[in-house]
Amino acid sequence: MRQDLTASILELIRRTSTDLPADVEASLRRAQEQEINGSAARGALESILRNVEISRQNSTPICQDTGTPLFYVHHPVGWSTRHLRKQIESAVVEATKLSCLRPNSVNALTDKNAGNNLGDDYFPVIHFEEEEGDTLKIDLMLKGGGCENVGAQYSLPDTRLGAGRDLMGVRKAVLDAVQKAQGQGCAPGVLGVAIGGDRGSAYIVSKEVLYRKLDDSNPDPKLDALEKRLTEEANQLGIGPMGFGGKTTVLGVKIKGMYRLPASFFVTVSYMCWAYRRRSMTVKDDQVKYD
Amino acid sequence: MHEVTIPIRDEVIRDLKVGDPVTLTGVMITGRDAVHKWIIDTFIKKSRQPEGDDLEVYEALRKLLNRGIIYHCGPVVSGLDTQDYHFVAAGPTTSIREEPYQGDIMRHFNVKGVIGKGGMGVKTLAACEEVPGVYLHAIGGAASLIAQTVQHVLGVYKLNFGVPEAIWVIQVKDFPVVVTMDSHGQSLHEAVESQSREVLEKLWRNPLVLTD
Repeated sequence: MRQDLTASILELIRRTSTDLPADVEASLRRAQEQEINGSAARGALESILRNVEISRQNSTPICQDTGTPLFYVHHPVGWSTRHLRKQIESAVVEATKLSCLRPNSVNALTDKNAGNNLGDDYFPVIHFEEEEGDTLKIDLMLKGGGCENVGAQYSLPDTRLGAGRDLMGVRKAVLDAVQKAQGQGCAPGVLGVAIGGDRGSAYIVSKEVLYRKLDDSNPDPKLDALEKRLTEEANQLGIGPMGFGGKTTVLGVKIKGMYRLPASFFVTVSYMCWAYRRRSMTVKDDQVKYD
Repeated sequence: MHEVTIPIRDEVIRDLKVGDPVTLTGVMITGRDAVHKWIIDTFIKKSRQPEGDDLEVYEALRKLLNRGIIYHCGPVVSGLDTQDYHFVAAGPTTSIREEPYQGDIMRHFNVKGVIGKGGMGVKTLAACEEVPGVYLHAIGGAASLIAQTVQHVLGVYKLNFGVPEAIWVIQVKDFPVVVTMDSHGQSLHEAVESQSREVLEKLWRNPLVLTD
């Protein structure tokens, strides 16, 4: 029997909900400096950064919409995924009682809120992957509904956009999604983009890429160039923080190429709000570390 | 900075223009998807019969919303088991989902201000001109910061809708917002949307050359 991780997972949830990662905060600070003094855009970023500090100090949620908890568990051989699932669920229930999470799981047929953030096999979302080595790693992202609602999937060719099955078409789809989102996804956001896949797998991948650090590079030089180009072009749209108008509409774009069927060419965009809450914990030799 | 006290007089509303920063002090209620649909179905379209405490809550809302404010917010609340409620995190939710209902609710109750994020559409803008009222944008995600301006939770209705969807009656002090839709037909959201569409169409025409 492996160690019980419930208390450590609870701490992971608390940190994720209340303590924005350093790379995201640094990026928001750079954005603030770029906006004009006294503008609504700058004011919005100032409030955002003040909120980040208060949340960290007081250990209160950065955003009241603590979203769908998305867990990715990378475990060595020998861990029971059934036990891990139970521990994650117990930690989620406890985190809800402690106001680290808002009761967020609503039965779509009855409208009843379960009150404890549990639902079915898909709420919270838990992915398991058995991996080489002896370290267990749990990634957690809390993704709110406002930004989830402005995610979009395009099937190319798209005649309305004039978007064909090439990177030019991908670019049109992504920029269209940003323009349609306006401030509603809580700009400045971060885009996770999957090219290819099927409708389901592509949405999963478009979220997986959001576990990357904001300042990293895509190992594929062509996609790396596209990420930078799309970030720059999205920022030319002038939507700005909260949609108030301004220079920063997105903080970054992360792209992954997938396999597709000959007949399908999906471009799938997940929009992550500025409250880009993702953290991870690793367990090795009974030692728990958080990042 | 406009310091506005709730309940709000029409002259104060007419004085507010798009872009104005405002702080709000007084009593307001939260209400989002479930509340808007319930009000429209039960008391405006009357497509369903009032049941349970519906009429009692309606009477309370008539008083709270007359010259009052509705805040699109699903808060994190502590003290649920002891009923000693406190707002822990309370930023705005996306307002556009209430676009089908908002204008009618503003007219029905004489609502002076709607707080949310992301802006609303032409129906709400028309109601802002008529009532008159304003759309006030709070900073999305700034939940701990905004919760600090909530001094007291005075009560809650329709808790059976769930914590995020319930009607929370709150007393706020210096609650920070920006006017993004005013009572003179101006909407910052319309302006940013059309400008960004123009830029997008220009970008379409640029070629894509990626060097690797």
